[in-house]
Amino acid sequence: MGVAIRVFVLLLFFSSTIPTFSLFEDQVGLMDWHQKYIGKVKHAVFHTQKTGRKRVVVSTEENVIASLDLRRGEIFWRHVLGTNDAIDAIEIALGKYVISLSSDGSILRAWNLPDGQMVWESSLQGTKHSKSLLLLLNAEVNKDNAILVFGKGCLHAVSSIDGEVLWKKDFSAESVEVQQVIHPLGSDMIYVVGFVGSSQFDAFQINAKNGDLLKHKSETLPGGFVGEISSVSSDTLVALDATRSILVTINFQDGNISFQQTYISDLVEDSSGMAVILPSSLTGVFGVTINTLTLFVRVTTEGKLEVVEKIDQEIAVSDALLLSEGQQAFALVQHGGEKIHLKVKLGHNWNSDFLRESIEMDNQRGLVHKVFINSYIRTDRSHGFRALIVMEDHSLLLLQQGEIVWSREDGLASIVDVTTSELPLEKEGVSVAKVEHNLFEWLKGHMLKLKGTLMLASPDEVAAIQAMRLKSSEKSKMTRDRNGFRKLLVVLTRAGKVFALHTGDGRVVWSHFLHSLRKSEACGYPTGLKVYQWQVPHHHALDENPSVLVLGRCGQSSRAPAVLSFVDTYTGKELSSLDLAHSIVQVIRLPFTDSTEQRLHLVVDADQRAHLYPKNPEAVGIFHRELSNLYWYSVEADNGIIKGHAIKGNCIGEVLDHYCFDTRDLWSIVFPSESEKIITTVTRKLNEVVHTQAKVIADQDVMYKYISKNLLFVATVAPKASGEIGAAMPDESWLVVYLIDTVTGRILHRMVHYGSQGPVHAVFSENWVVYHYFNLRAHRYEMSVIEIYDQSRADNKDIWKLVLGKHNLTSPISSYSRPEVVTKSQSYFFTHSAKAIAVTSTSKGITSKQLLIGTIGDQVLALDKRFVDPRRSINPTQVEKEEGIIPLTDSLPIVPQSYVTHALKVEGLRGIVAVPAKLESTTLVFAYGVDLFFTRLAPSRTYDSLTEDFSYALLLLTIVALVAAIFVTWVLSERKDLRDKWR
Amino acid sequence: MDKGKAVMGSGRRWAVDFTDNSTTPSSRDFPDPPGFTRASPDQDDSTLSRQKKDAEANWKSQKAWEVAQAPFKNLLMMGFMMWMAGSTVHLFSIGITFSALWQPISALQGVGKVFEPYKDSKVDLLGPKLLFIALNLGGLALGVWKLNTLGLLPTHASDWVSSLPPAQEVEYSGGGIPLG
Repeated sequence: MGVAIRVFVLLLFFSSTIPTFSLFEDQVGLMDWHQKYIGKVKHAVFHTQKTGRKRVVVSTEENVIASLDLRRGEIFWRHVLGTNDAIDAIEIALGKYVISLSSDGSILRAWNLPDGQMVWESSLQGTKHSKSLLLLLNAEVNKDNAILVFGKGCLHAVSSIDGEVLWKKDFSAESVEVQQVIHPLGSDMIYVVGFVGSSQFDAFQINAKNGDLLKHKSETLPGGFVGEISSVSSDTLVALDATRSILVTINFQDGNISFQQTYISDLVEDSSGMAVILPSSLTGVFGVTINTLTLFVRVTTEGKLEVVEKIDQEIAVSDALLLSEGQQAFALVQHGGEKIHLKVKLGHNWNSDFLRESIEMDNQRGLVHKVFINSYIRTDRSHGFRALIVMEDHSLLLLQQGEIVWSREDGLASIVDVTTSELPLEKEGVSVAKVEHNLFEWLKGHMLKLKGTLMLASPDEVAAIQAMRLKSSEKSKMTRDRNGFRKLLVVLTRAGKVFALHTGDGRVVWSHFLHSLRKSEACGYPTGLKVYQWQVPHHHALDENPSVLVLGRCGQSSRAPAVLSFVDTYTGKELSSLDLAHSIVQVIRLPFTDSTEQRLHLVVDADQRAHLYPKNPEAVGIFHRELSNLYWYSVEADNGIIKGHAIKGNCIGEVLDHYCFDTRDLWSIVFPSESEKIITTVTRKLNEVVHTQAKVIADQDVMYKYISKNLLFVATVAPKASGEIGAAMPDESWLVVYLIDTVTGRILHRMVHYGSQGPVHAVFSENWVVYHYFNLRAHRYEMSVIEIYDQSRADNKDIWKLVLGKHNLTSPISSYSRPEVVTKSQSYFFTHSAKAIAVTSTSKGITSKQLLIGTIGDQVLALDKRFVDPRRSINPTQVEKEEGIIPLTDSLPIVPQSYVTHALKVEGLRGIVAVPAKLESTTLVFAYGVDLFFTRLAPSRTYDSLTEDFSYALLLLTIVALVAAIFVTWVLSERKDLRDKWR
Repeated sequence: MDKGKAVMGSGRRWAVDFTDNSTTPSSRDFPDPPGFTRASPDQDDSTLSRQKKDAEANWKSQKAWEVAQAPFKNLLMMGFMMWMAGSTVHLFSIGITFSALWQPISALQGVGKVFEPYKDSKVDLLGPKLLFIALNLGGLALGVWKLNTLGLLPTHASDWVSSLPPAQEVEYSGGGIPLG
């Protein structure tokens, strides 16, 4: 009997300790939200057939093809192609297929326009890297409605019906850099033009029906060519000569090539600067930009150039839109103060605007980068225009009749970094009326819920309950809550815009397009790098606002000057910004704050000088005090070197700078370049809280974790095996993992996985690392865990010493005291390839941990840490089982219910961030990619609070019923007593 | 009515004689009820009463020893129950352990009361009491031992270090791969 009880209890134990996180259908959306984005639009093709379904098909820089509703901007369908499958061009063929060319012109796909299903796909072979061009031929030329594709040095004609290659012409032998493929309207000839070398211009005339080469002419221009070619008409092209000071008009009519050169200085007085030909397709006119000046130049029939318009401003020009036979329209967008001016002009009439609209524009969107126009026929038979504009912050807007019809914040598809910020504290002084109203609402809500629990609710009421749960005003309030569920997610996008998203419902609370990260004359290619919490007020939380630090640089090289910007997280206002003289290579967040609770940051520049921020004497004082214990390390992945540095003293320069410090090298680890190549490094999260240093194992034994913030996990692979999976044989590939102390440079642990290779995704938390890699011998992905324990502390076993506190377990430790560490590790097969790995984190670090694995299917899988425990064995003893050790299996289980993204996909998943809530059991998880997803997780269930669907009304009712029952029974017993006494 | 009239007729209505003549046989003018023999206590045989008292004292001390030995059965029973309960912490084992702890404690608290009925000047209760206490202490020890086997006593190093925060580090290091 005893055994039976034990077994039963054991079963109970197991069933309760391997929690599944499945949701009920009606719980979706209660604490999670999901937002779909597409990214910055590259191309847009309008589809306005008479069917009434007004759509636009767009392709974006995030490799998304999407069909958007023109009325509201919603996504009808969307396909996210792989990260290395960049879209080159899209077109609509046959009025029902969307044709997309991607992967450098090697993959051509057709998607069904109404529902986005893929109709066919062809892969086009070629050898040479070249420009990718997509051109549709109309039906009168080719009955198959052929698509002309130029890519990888070959010209293909592909049938748009089934994607079959009709003919192919290889240009790779000609060593010609093809620039344009021109198909004159109504002709059955195709002209392929390009350069050979830098000075020879070649034109090929090809029969569109069968791909036969009819003519090939070439001509040399002594000056040479540079940059793009703009096609002005079917037989005239414009290019720039090598000095960028002469415009060359190329005429290749009848197979004869003639050049005509015009100095730019003849067209405009101030012509100093880089001239660039605008890629546009207007007939008879082309655009040139010189610095900020944009010229529109008409090419007359004699080949003469004349300037038709000069605009000294940033402008965006749309492609030409064919209105009717021979009539072309195009749009120009200009900025003017708070407004943008949209001008639609007709190709033959430059002097007057066909349409001129001014639209109020939020200056948080920056400049207009792209414009696409589309015309529609108004009720009075005149042409109306709608314009789709792409702004500098990657947002997409539709303009029509001088108004913004809709806008999409597609900058959120390219998040670079995430941090969180608390919301304002709730101010006191809530009116009585409000409380009463709330109380009434509360009661009403709970009565409804009660009805629902007792299954008395009608379908309408059930719907009302669900709506109430989803739209609870509680979760989207703009104040802090006691559980810490409501926070602001401060995200930095690639465009340099900072957004604050509310964790309750995902809405954008504020957004700020930083001035320092906008393109300007001083800053050509601004890039946002990181966003950190700068000031988190605790002492004066009511009157001081927290702020974040945004780091960026002006340019793409590591030597480009750095930009710092401070943003208030309550208001979204930029407090200040600094354009720095030095560059930015690394940022070290120091664990100190000054008296205003600004955290100290060290910015290391390319010359290995450290610059201290905030720049105030107090910070310098703190820094000097801690100077001897501060170190930093740099990982040079290309050279295979990890170096440790210490701070030497103030910079030696002409001007004494108190905030600049010189550094010196302390140690270096050089990996042999012929056998190892660094691919991944991971450290512990700086803000991670560890509850205890001891790990209690079976039989009340203790193991002491080696917990150090200065540990670095490094993974290196054989250089041969650093490419794609399958590029190297198992014998010549290996993966080496290291644990390195970054203060002393001591290698604490080294392990080799033979026959394995990257990509390695790893996560480091407490005293363990979990990493994911590919095992070539087993042809499977694997995950391994390393746990590090401190052996030197293991003898602390005398209870009396521990009771009386006479131990040195909590005294500060130094990395220079040689640690005696033991490591345990284990490997498991894992079915999925991973895109990212993160770990849950809670406010006190007591709750057990879960690994959050971003799978190849763009979902987030929660895997209990207990599955990757090196102490697992095939037959765990009774005591170990009681401790919660799971019997060892060769592969990690994937429970379908443990997908935290449940039925949703976070397309293009790039990162997962876990933030602790104030409630110990709960962690907030934010996954970002093209889509955003946020949810709340409780890795050990919510043991410290009642669940949201807990029925307070039922509890209240039970209490009332019990009290009534007590009263009734009391009265009855009194009566009975009395009757007994009378007897 | 007729009777009343007859009484009235005699001239004296009624009278109650309150004089107690139960102990004064001299004034007795009617015989004792059948089966009743009048015997006063001082008439008892002294040897007989001593014998009786001895018997009672014997009986009391015997009973007291019995009571003192009673926890032993309990102890055996408890031991059996504990063995049944196993060494994992769950409701059953906890309940048994706590009852095993509670019973001896409550018994020890009521030592005086348990032996109250057997209190006698002639009976020496010290022996039984000591046995009773010893057995109950044994029971208590069994309970504590059980508690320990369940791991509920802080007798291991792990109980004292399990919430020890990690030691502070003297050095601080930061850095990594250059920002891309």
